[in-house]
Parts: sequence; structure tokens; C-alpha cells
Amino acid sequence: MPEIKTDDVYIELGKHPKAGFATDDMILQMGPQHPSTHGVLRIECVTDGEIIKKATCHIGYLHRCFEKHAENVMWQGVIPFTDRMDYLASMGQNFSYVITVEKLMGIEVPERAEYMRVITAELQRIASHLMAYGTYGMDIGAFTPFLWAFREREYVLDLFEKLCGARLLYNYMWIGGVSHDVYDGFAEECMSFLDTFERVVFEEFNPILTYNKIFIERTANVGILSPELAIDYGITGPCLRGSGVDWDLRRDDPYSIYDRFDFEVITGKGEMGTVGDCWDRFMVRVLEMIESVKIIRQALQQMPEGPIMNEKIKKVIRVPAGRVYGRTEAPRGELGYYLISDGKGRGPNRLKARSPCFSNLSVLEEISRGCMLADLIAIIGSLDIVLGCVDR
Amino acid sequence: MVQGEFVMTIEEIYKKLRKSFGGTILESDLEVLEPVVGIEPQSIAEVSGFLKNEPDLKFTSLMCLSSVDLDEENLQVVYHLHSMDHNHKIILGVIIPKNAAKIPTVSGVWRTANWHEREAFDLMGVEFEGHPDHRRILCPDDWEGHPLRKDYVVQEMYNGLPVPYPKEEDD
Repeated sequence: MPEIKTDDVYIELGKHPKAGFATDDMILQMGPQHPSTHGVLRIECVTDGEIIKKATCHIGYLHRCFEKHAENVMWQGVIPFTDRMDYLASMGQNFSYVITVEKLMGIEVPERAEYMRVITAELQRIASHLMAYGTYGMDIGAFTPFLWAFREREYVLDLFEKLCGARLLYNYMWIGGVSHDVYDGFAEECMSFLDTFERVVFEEFNPILTYNKIFIERTANVGILSPELAIDYGITGPCLRGSGVDWDLRRDDPYSIYDRFDFEVITGKGEMGTVGDCWDRFMVRVLEMIESVKIIRQALQQMPEGPIMNEKIKKVIRVPAGRVYGRTEAPRGELGYYLISDGKGRGPNRLKARSPCFSNLSVLEEISRGCMLADLIAIIGSLDIVLGCVDR
Repeated sequence: MVQGEFVMTIEEIYKKLRKSFGGTILESDLEVLEPVVGIEPQSIAEVSGFLKNEPDLKFTSLMCLSSVDLDEENLQVVYHLHSMDHNHKIILGVIIPKNAAKIPTVSGVWRTANWHEREAFDLMGVEFEGHPDHRRILCPDDWEGHPLRKDYVVQEMYNGLPVPYPKEEDD
């Protein structure tokens, strides 16, 4: 039997007579069913009073092993699986996968299909950022912006429904083209939505939430992410630009036909506090929606007539042996697919998805250290993660 | 962002690496689409540090870290690097045997590698020596096997529950 000293017992209980008011760390489990984790995410917070000492993420609740599924289906069969990764931005996921396969096959896509892809991808970006806008307001405690954002998002989803029959999981972009041509009146409906939408952002969204004093107090100077740290952690998309890094794959590593459009890359400027705080990340999303509007307008004007599928594509697709990494700017950041084909199989030999949310979430532990517990909610919301995309 | 100023082709980067590290950089076929530069397993962390810190290389971002089941005997870990300053890219590949799948970690070089390496360990069973938090990330901690290996068989029971759905039997 080891000798037990009274002092040790006192220390263990935190009640040593000489220690005064000793305090202890508390472990708080946030999630997996928590409304502001945007899915099933569990965060284990070690707290000292209201200050977070450490926040460890536990992910994997939505893990379906997408990569294993992809090895067991045909080339086209992977597309519906990519839909279900980031279910709020399915077009972006389709886009990345099909251009990766096309890169390896070395095939061209008809002009019209390229334009359709850009238009739908940008509409999807608007819908996805609207979701981020609305739910972020809700996390902070504002309910009205959530309903307003959903009202606008509904228009985009209606357009998609008319276009390809689905509202969320589209399977719209196929290898070699797109599944449906536009219906009569698509351009007009789209244009009228864009006109209203631009006005709504500046006259309704910004006054009620973006420049709301309570909202600014909650988000400015909170969760500051420095540019060096952001690059080191592989942060991409609006979160990276929120830190003031002028980097957008659509402009800096152009894919598809993005080099034909004129748009600005929005970066955080620290308008309300420090560069790289939650408000900056939020503001980048709001302004990016306006840039998407610009791109869609240009694309609708330039769109030529013609076929929407490459005619050389057969029902059974043969992809030559090789390896390729394709990446696109999905609404949440750089979405990459690393594709390996052995040239014999009917599907990929290995498909690795590099999801933006996965890398973006990994920085949470670093930037939440030392902040208040209530600010953790603001930080998670500003990273705008989708757990389907994190867990795959 | 300044673009196209110091862009180096893959051949130039390869030559520079050969000059500094000699034999640990393996002979690689640079003619294919997106060539992979082979590296000896033990020197990956050193080479990575060099690629990140050398002023005319500056590979500050690790785009993707993938693990690949190559064949019966070998696994491969593939690193996609990109330099935001110079806008050039390189792909490194490290081949390790399946029965001793160990490789030094690069999480000290790029911190994003931390979670990516945990994922590679979880799904492919590659061990990263010196990793600060070497745990599974997507599967539960007590899961058996590594799902992305080609010879993986799903365990029948997990904590007393059957794992695969019961097969439908013919009448």
C-alpha cells in the first residue's frame, strides 16, 4: 500500500487549506446534437470559467467512406455520391469531379455546356452563401435574416428544379457536358432574380444583419485568423480571403471558362475590427454573392447555341491509365479530387476527395484558444462548415 | 498577388532537389501528365522543410495528402504542394511496404498535415512517426482494420451490433 498524504488528497479535491480558492478545469461537451454546429459535430471544450483552454473536434459522425464507394461504381456513378458530400453546394462538387475526369480523358466540353456549368455553379454559390448568411445570423441570435435568406434561396432552388428536376442533389453535370439544356425563359427568370437579389442584399440583408450593432459586437475582433496561419492550415475559400489573402482559384488557377469573366476577388479589410476576424469572413461571403451575380449576368449574355454533351462520350466510359489532381473553387473553398485510373476498370481505382471544410475546421482548435465560450459559436459559424463535406 | 514571376517548371525543381539531396530523390518519370517525384521514406520531412523554406521554391501550402493502395506489397503517400507566392506546383510520392507502413510526419512543416495524416492512418493504415496526435479521425477509435485497403473486410460485429446489413434471403 502506498502511503497517502493528506496534502495530496486536498490537492486532488482542489481544497488545500493553503491553496485558497483553487479552481478546476471543466470539460464541456458541445454537440453532437447542437443547433449551431451545423450538423453532427462534437467539440470537447476544456474550460476555465468561461474561457476556453482547448477545444478538440471529434468528427466522423457522418462518415460514409465515400472514397470506398467510389471504387465500386462506374465513372458516372460517382457523381451522385459527390452530390451528397456537400449537400448545400452540390453543383460545385459535381463540377470538380467532372473536370477532373475530363482532364484525365483529355476531352473537350461543348461551349454551351461550359456556360451552363458556370451559371449553375455560381447560382449554387449564391444559394450556399445565403445559407451561411442566414444560419450565421441565427447562431448569433437573429431570427429574421434566416427567413429572408431562405426566401431568396428558394428562388435559386426553384430555378434548379425547373432546370434539372432536383432541388438539392442535382447530378446535373455529367462527364462531357450537362444533363439538361435550359428551358425557354430560363435566362429571363434568372435575370429577374439577379436584379431583385442585388437590391435585396444592399437594402435588406446589409442593414438588418451585416451592419447591425449587436452583430458587429459579437463578431468583430473575434476568432482572428492571421494570413500565415491560414495558409499553414490549408484554409481556402472565403475563410482564406477573409484573412486578407488575395487568392481565388477562379482567377489564379483558372479552370473551365472562368478566364472570360470580369469579376473582383473580395478580401477582408478589417473594416470593423482586425483583418481575419469573424465579421470579415462573413462580409467576404456577402460581397462574393454580388460578384457571382456579375459572373452569371456575363455568362447569360455570352452563352452560345449548340450541343450540351460531347458526342464522343459513349455509355461505357473508358478512362486511360494515369493520375490527375483537379481542383475548383467550391463555395466553401478549394475542392480537389485526386483520381487514379488503371485504364482497365469501369470506375476509379482510387479517388481521394480533399474537402475544403475538413481543412477549414482543423484550425478551430488554434483560433478558439483563449476565447469565450459564447464566441466559439461565432467562430464555428464563420468557418461555414458542412459536416457532410468534413466527414465524407 | 504577384503571378508568373518565379514560376519554375517541374524539371527545374526536380534538378534543384537532386542537387541538394542526391540519391534520396528517386529517378522519376517526368513525361507523364502530372508527374510524381519519388522520395525515399526517411527523408520526406527534410525535403518538405526544404521545399517550404527555400526562397525560390516557397511551397507554403499543402493542397492534398493522399494515401494510395498501390499493389499487393506497397502503399504510397502522395503530397500535392503548391506555392501561392510563385504559383508553381509539385507532387511528391513516397512508397512504403505494407508490412512496415511507417513514415516520418510532415505535420511540423505544414500544420494542415495533422488532420490529413490522421485520415491516412485511419483509412489506409499508414503510421506517421512523430505525429503529435496520432489517433483515428473518421472511424471510431476501436474500429478494426483500415477501410481503404483493397483487401479490407468489414468486421462482423461492432460492440455487440452486427455491422453489415443482414443479407436478404431468397424465399
